[in-house]
Amino acid sequence: MTDTTAAKEYRYITKKRRVTEDRRFITGRGNFAADYNLPGMLHVAMVTSPYACAEIKGINAEAALALPGVRYVLTGAELFENINPLLSGLDLPNIKRIPLAHERARYAGEWVAAVVAESRHIAEDAVELVEVDYNPIDFVIDPEEAMQPEAPLVHPQHGSNILCDKSWVWGDVDGDFDAAPHSLAFRARWSRCSTIPIETFVVTAKWDEGKELLDVWASIQMPKYPEQIARALSLPVNAINVHFDVDVGGSYGLKRGIRQTVIVSYLTRKLRAPVRFNEDRLENMSGGEMHGPDRIFDMEVAFDDEGIMHSLKIKATDDAGCYPGRAPLQLGKPVSAIVGPYRIKSASYNAISVTTNKTSQEAVRGFGQAPTNFAIEAMVDKVARKLGMDRDEVRRRNMIRADEFPYRIPSGSEYDSGDYHTVLDKLQTSAGWQELLTKRDAIRAEGKLAGVGISTCLEPSGGNSSFEPFFNPKNDTTTWMESCLIKVDMLGSITALMGTSTSGQGHESLLSVVIGEILERDPDTIRGVHAESLGALPSNSPVGSRMAIMLGGAAAGAAEKIKKQLLEIAAHNFQLPVDRLIYDGGDISVEGDPDKVMNWHLLIDIAHRQYHKMPLGSEPGLQAQHTWEVPTGGALPAEDGTVQMYPCYAFEAHIPLIAIDPDTGQVEILDYHMGHDCGTVLNPDIVRGMSLGGIAHGIGAALYEKFEYDEGGQHLSGSFMDYLLPSSHEIPHVEMVKHYTPSPLTTFGQKGSGESGYLGAPAAIASAVNDALAPLGKSIDTLPMRVRDIEALLNGQTE
Amino acid sequence: MSEHKITLTVNGREMSGHAEARLTLVDFLRDVLGQTGTHIGCEHGVCGACSVVMDGKPVRSCLMFAVMADGHEITTVEGLEGPNGELSPLQDAFWENHAMQCGYCTPGMLIATHTLLQENPDPDEAEIREAIGGNLCRCTGYQQIVEAVQMAAKKVQEAS
Ligand code: FES
Ligand code: FES
Repeated sequence: MTDTTAAKEYRYITKKRRVTEDRRFITGRGNFAADYNLPGMLHVAMVTSPYACAEIKGINAEAALALPGVRYVLTGAELFENINPLLSGLDLPNIKRIPLAHERARYAGEWVAAVVAESRHIAEDAVELVEVDYNPIDFVIDPEEAMQPEAPLVHPQHGSNILCDKSWVWGDVDGDFDAAPHSLAFRARWSRCSTIPIETFVVTAKWDEGKELLDVWASIQMPKYPEQIARALSLPVNAINVHFDVDVGGSYGLKRGIRQTVIVSYLTRKLRAPVRFNEDRLENMSGGEMHGPDRIFDMEVAFDDEGIMHSLKIKATDDAGCYPGRAPLQLGKPVSAIVGPYRIKSASYNAISVTTNKTSQEAVRGFGQAPTNFAIEAMVDKVARKLGMDRDEVRRRNMIRADEFPYRIPSGSEYDSGDYHTVLDKLQTSAGWQELLTKRDAIRAEGKLAGVGISTCLEPSGGNSSFEPFFNPKNDTTTWMESCLIKVDMLGSITALMGTSTSGQGHESLLSVVIGEILERDPDTIRGVHAESLGALPSNSPVGSRMAIMLGGAAAGAAEKIKKQLLEIAAHNFQLPVDRLIYDGGDISVEGDPDKVMNWHLLIDIAHRQYHKMPLGSEPGLQAQHTWEVPTGGALPAEDGTVQMYPCYAFEAHIPLIAIDPDTGQVEILDYHMGHDCGTVLNPDIVRGMSLGGIAHGIGAALYEKFEYDEGGQHLSGSFMDYLLPSSHEIPHVEMVKHYTPSPLTTFGQKGSGESGYLGAPAAIASAVNDALAPLGKSIDTLPMRVRDIEALLNGQTE
Repeated sequence: MSEHKITLTVNGREMSGHAEARLTLVDFLRDVLGQTGTHIGCEHGVCGACSVVMDGKPVRSCLMFAVMADGHEITTVEGLEGPNGELSPLQDAFWENHAMQCGYCTPGMLIATHTLLQENPDPDEAEIREAIGGNLCRCTGYQQIVEAVQMAAKKVQEAS
């Protein structure tokens, strides 16, 4: 990794540090949800619908229940009677989401009944014995067909397959289009794919009769998880204890298993035994309702002879699948960066969410931003091609300049900071842009196809709730706070609590390094703890690239309070004002009199034991909590349709070189370079890992990954044989170059990086493929660009 | 279903338990013997999360029945440490290079690269990528794993 900017001097952050969590993973001692084996635990397997849409006329579980070891068969009808419907992102009162199909199965693979047995094997045997009487009815798979008046309705009681159709115009779009000498329009397609963690969703619930308490162990990554369980089951939140110390085997936004959780929570109360549901791969891929955005973009851009883009129109039609969930909101977040890193002065956006007979969509890394970035970047490349200009030059001419920050985009978000030109310059220099073009031409000269790609994209970070009220005026949430509680014990060690689980982001390491930095104590001696929900302060979980900013900010705030208490104790004992004291590494001395010093242990001993030496009226012990509101948060969207969405904006630029075999259509990535600026980096290993993983995921979305449905509405991608995840053969070595433009809004200037790589890689690969196809006069704007798609294009079977 | 008594050596210790004929080796290791370090990602032989070493060769424990391992010698991720819990050079290099995020694929990756290094103490990048080509990781993009294996190989060579 090339590192060409000198960061401000810190003690611990920004420096190479091993990640605390890794030790348990390399020794086989992680605590994953499937590792919790409770005595007497029962297991669930799902009966699934074979039809894309069918009325459920009856369920006969007699034979299943007769099988030794089978304890129960739960149906949607029973759940419907006994729980409250799950929350929807939109205000859609007529669409009631129940964890099992009720009266009607709405997609092939939907869970119709849950069989509970003493082992998963017995439960699977019994699934075969459950007889469901179905009456198949008409269904619709294609989102555009679903919008036609004659289309079968997925939810007849809603009266339409359109879940929402919202439009905004920011600035004088029509005027800017009229005034611009050129415009172009095209359609881009982002296909249904997902994050596909290697661990499926797993949840165990145990109702403790004695305490009247529901214990939950789950591979979860979701805001307000205990509250959602409580609402569904009509329990108070303090009757639910979520064990956030469960390690989650990958999620990347996805693992929102509220249906799964409600099923096992209901069952454990009913059957008075712990109940686990451990999805198998097919249950996960088909009925787990964890697919990602599935989006059609109709794009139009107005630009001039110099390649300056003046205005932009985006129509995004998204196939939410069967239930609305959070899917429509994934059309909302991109408003945060609707013009990308460019100075486009006006924009319009039409966001349409459509329901079809497919499994539902869940939040996927970037929350809709990766598809939007792909469409915007395809647009920039087309402008360049139309004008015969270089793609990097068009970007340079349009990108916001470093001296223009903070920069307010037409949709109302203010970008905090950035230096896009410098990052692009650095990247092109380190990648050897000219050499790559020469290499490309040499490959072309051999009769192969080759292309160099480029993308320059944003990662909105510091995840906030703004898209909720923006899409649903009945939802007036204006905070997505994050909290930290720090305890310094009597013997001087530091423990920090957070109220969320981790799925690989290294939050324990984050807490220890941030608190270590503020209190100037060795992070290796500070323990970060994933508290149980009953012992934790409010959290909104690690979504929306927010934890470095939000958990980091909460921890820093709590640590500052600890430091202040220590200074007050010292000031009292020295009988001096605080501003005469010097804090150094936890010890406090008197300015100009270095022999007068109270060390860390003495100060803490006073706090815990010697109340007679404490300032009058102070609280004994040494503990502090801080709950932090998202910077720039706290407001509802404005009347004029503008909104400040996320606080921080990280920037990434990608340059790959690819070759395409002209006979087979096989893409090979020969070189890959990324430039990244996410402000101050708290732990370089963690940030680099996220970017590299994000690039791999983005390459998957660009070239391989797609959930396919056939004409009969059957899901064809339920295994790793059918849904292709890139391996070490497909993912190239990546060279990274870093730049550090601090955010003015955060503790140390850090921005988010949890979605980095993924937000720019698909666009860059698409750009490279299109560069390779350009000499043939062909182009492709549909992802994934699979071997067979490219081959068909090359052989003239498609346009 | 008939129950079978199975005795095998896991990480140098003899262990036994009962299993139905249809129980896979990975379920036996995890649920019967309580060795939960080995993970399950697909149960159809693609992801490699369930990799263990059997008689010196890496195998996918989701594709084998427990009864097939009766009398055999198994090494799992729990068996890679030294006798006093010291990390192997490979484990240490995985840590130093942060060759993981969520840690879910890590046991399989360690098993695959542990067996690689036993056969080939000085692998080049292509050989390492080949060795982990059947192990899926959704977090890292593989590069850090390659770097970790290179570092471990170098350390072992320098020490010998
Ligand atoms: S679980 Fe065995 S290969 Fe995936
Ligand atoms: S570390 Fe998460 S899948 Fe590899």
